[in-house]
Amino acid sequence: MFWALSAPSLALAAFVSGISLFGSHDIQRRVVCLLLVLSGMSAVIAGLAGLLASPITATLPIGLPWLPMHIRLDGLAGFFLLVIGLLVSAVSLYSMGYMRQLAARFNVTTLYVFMPLFVTGMLGVVIADDAYSFMIFWELMSVASYFLVTLDHEQDANRKAGFLYLLMAHLGGLLILGSFAVLYATSGSFEFDVMHNAVLTPTWASLSFILALCGFGMKAGLIPFHAWLPEAHPVAPSNASALMSGIMIKVAIFGFLRVVWDLVGLEHAAWWWGGLVLTAGSSSAVGGVLLALQQHDLKRLLAYHSVENIGIIAIGLGLGMIFAYYDYPTLAALGLVAALYHTLNHALFKGLLFMGAGAVLHSAHSRNMEQLGGLIQRMPRTAVLFLIGCISISALPPFNGFVSEWLTFQAALMAPQLKGTILAALIPFSAAMLALAGALAAACFVKVFGIVFQGSPRSQGAAEAHEVDGWMQLGMAIPAVLCLLLGVLPVWMIPLIDAVPDILVNATLGESVANSGWLWLTPIAEARASYSPIIVLLALLLAGGVFLFIQYRGAVKRRTAPWNCGYSYPNTRMQYTATSFSQPLRRIFANLYQTQDKLLRTEHGNTLLTKKIHYQVHVQDLIWRYFYLPIRQTIEWLTRQVDWLHEQQIHGYLTFTFITLLILLGMLL
Amino acid sequence: MSLWIWNLIEALLIIGMAPFTATLVKRLKARLQNRRGPPLLQGYRNLAKLFIKQPVLASQASWLFRAAPYVIFAATSLAAAIMPVILVATPLTSAADIIALVALLALARFFTALGAMDVGTAFGGMGASREMTFAALTEPALLMSIFVLSMVAHSTNMTAMIDIVLNTGLGLRPSLAFALAALGLVTIAETGRIPVDNPATHLELTMVHEAMILEYSGRYLALIEWANQIKLLLFATLILNLFFPWGMAGSPDPLYMVIAAVAWFGKLLVLFVLLALFETWMAKMRIFRVPEYLGLAFLLAILGMLTHYILEVGV
Repeated sequence: MFWALSAPSLALAAFVSGISLFGSHDIQRRVVCLLLVLSGMSAVIAGLAGLLASPITATLPIGLPWLPMHIRLDGLAGFFLLVIGLLVSAVSLYSMGYMRQLAARFNVTTLYVFMPLFVTGMLGVVIADDAYSFMIFWELMSVASYFLVTLDHEQDANRKAGFLYLLMAHLGGLLILGSFAVLYATSGSFEFDVMHNAVLTPTWASLSFILALCGFGMKAGLIPFHAWLPEAHPVAPSNASALMSGIMIKVAIFGFLRVVWDLVGLEHAAWWWGGLVLTAGSSSAVGGVLLALQQHDLKRLLAYHSVENIGIIAIGLGLGMIFAYYDYPTLAALGLVAALYHTLNHALFKGLLFMGAGAVLHSAHSRNMEQLGGLIQRMPRTAVLFLIGCISISALPPFNGFVSEWLTFQAALMAPQLKGTILAALIPFSAAMLALAGALAAACFVKVFGIVFQGSPRSQGAAEAHEVDGWMQLGMAIPAVLCLLLGVLPVWMIPLIDAVPDILVNATLGESVANSGWLWLTPIAEARASYSPIIVLLALLLAGGVFLFIQYRGAVKRRTAPWNCGYSYPNTRMQYTATSFSQPLRRIFANLYQTQDKLLRTEHGNTLLTKKIHYQVHVQDLIWRYFYLPIRQTIEWLTRQVDWLHEQQIHGYLTFTFITLLILLGMLL
Repeated sequence: MSLWIWNLIEALLIIGMAPFTATLVKRLKARLQNRRGPPLLQGYRNLAKLFIKQPVLASQASWLFRAAPYVIFAATSLAAAIMPVILVATPLTSAADIIALVALLALARFFTALGAMDVGTAFGGMGASREMTFAALTEPALLMSIFVLSMVAHSTNMTAMIDIVLNTGLGLRPSLAFALAALGLVTIAETGRIPVDNPATHLELTMVHEAMILEYSGRYLALIEWANQIKLLLFATLILNLFFPWGMAGSPDPLYMVIAAVAWFGKLLVLFVLLALFETWMAKMRIFRVPEYLGLAFLLAILGMLTHYILEVGV
């Protein structure tokens, strides 16, 4: 408990020092980052304690007079503390180097003040044990992150992105509040313990579920609530977007688990709950990655990948909910563990990738992929770390992304247990969507790494790029190492996560995972499926060893110009670009993208003699057109309809007042 | 322990035989087209020549360009070692189930594409772009068709899947026919054969795989070509052993093993004759017809899955 409290307190201390030390940026940076690293480390310790020990609760003498603040450290809170702590530590180390160059261009005191507050908010949400503190910390997290998004507020687009973010965050907050209101109405208390024990009618339970799904879905970025992600993540400074994409959207997953799985309770679940989550997850996974493929802004692309990965997490959760409904607790535990494992993995590799994108932006001064290239020569260490992130997110063995996707597949393949229900036939489609998303993600990250780091530089900035400093490298190296460890040692990590399904569905994977020894990962039974990442790693290490040996021996090789059909040395503009790389997919999924392209040619009077060609292609997010615009139009229509109320003479207003009074009197009588 | 030795022998067999079988397909195709074709050991000669030759690198090639062939070869050979070829219950099969096997091949492809992007020529970019696009459509179809079988077998472990087919037979399982058809289509796409890609061509604007490895030479090229030959043999074995496993050895008795090896080779020959016939008979598709082709494979696999649910689960 001490550690659980010390984590947010240290973050608060960082906030205080951020405010008070504005005099010297250098001291301010060191103190804030150090305190945040310590805060992250105590969150990790608290998280491990929460996962290993039995749940503890405490009441703090702060808050409202009649409602002191309740906190709780159980397995669920512990797991998310661990996720937050790991990434906060890494990002804070990274910030030591990153903030220095940021200080030259912005008023970074904003960052030093709001980043600790943001971290405090996330930590607070996770350990909150009553709805009141939950919402306080939730709003703290939302509002603090708004200031991170709008750091560069001199540009119009950034302010717009910030506004959209704030709007969505508050709409989401309102829906979550609604969900709590339903629970409060039934239980009569804000405390989670009482809410947990309350008995809900099916209608109220379903209402609470829908409100929570929409509210937390807005924060998490599930399709169709993802609109703010690709706008807000690119404009925030990279360390902030690493935190936002890495862990803030995971806090929404935590909220969903806490409210729906824990407080409402899956025993009140209707049959369609899991199906709905599964459908939302599948469409997010595929929709997110399809849109990501068409981006050429590196950070925007990564933001769309967050949509994809949240979708994968939701697939796991949906499977868990379906299995729980049909009373297969062990299988529900499998779905949940897969989702949680992916939560941890995504926090690590997405944090890593956003930090990498920040490093690229920092040294090549662009996040437009068409301006980059060849950075593997100029930033060799960042390139290796970024490559690890790319392999992990593409779900390739032996890194961590594969383990969680593999577990999700295993959960999906248990569908025949459900016999002939409709849901059972839906699950394979989700598995297919997951496979499609995984393969498209691999395509997308070949594009990212190939265009940004390989080839030749496409601009002056990329040509003059240099390696980033030690702090930034260290900040990226930590998640990279963890990505490999989590990929290779799932057998040691899963028993740790097992505390969470123990609380939520009263089942664990414990025995079947531990039975087959440390080398084999067997989620259900050995005859069912097994995977041994260590053997895969050994094979790759062997290949790497042979490679290094041959290099070391200095085998002869010759360098020359690349083959270009006998023409002269190719110039950098003859390379494939990000736009051309994704052209085949743009064409295949043309209906989904609604692509509009324009080709402008100027000629020397003959079609064969082209002076200049200008090609422009625009890809749409269909959700904007079919979901957001209609809502906006409806609201505008409604406001126009009540416009006449505001355009009265003075006696008109007096009449309204009179009528209102009459109605109120009528209600009294 | 003896099981591990047999497993090693199997792995060496499939890795060692790959250049031979690849040449065999070439020769069969040549005979069908009234050509003489290469001698059966030509595959080994080509590899030996490439290994001896001095590699030529593009001036801006990075370490990744040089490391990629090793990763490709390692991932593909590991996949080959994991696949039960002659013996049903090989110990290494537990190291990766069929999903992990597909992922290992995806890892190899990922690095092939990165190797292609490395130099930054338009050929490499074009090849990588097309390969990854097709892979994105192939992989779901591949996984779906395999899932049909693993749902029948209640397992994704290859030994268990083969066991089920061996012991219960294909019998009344129409879903497996769909799965087989889908897997056949996928195999042709994955191994880059006609009508999806042409393995025999260079410097043609429609090529996919060959465009990716255009910059490679010497031992790097040898490793990639060898890995590619292993992949062809691996997919052929996958189809044969998952759907027609009869003849495979249930226990590591040398006599059974020899019979199983002969049976495997016989089945392989039949499959390769079919492949050669198919390649002779078909012309290469236009590049944007390929998604339709892969869509068909995906649809067949989904149909298989639905058939399984409707006809087979309830029973």
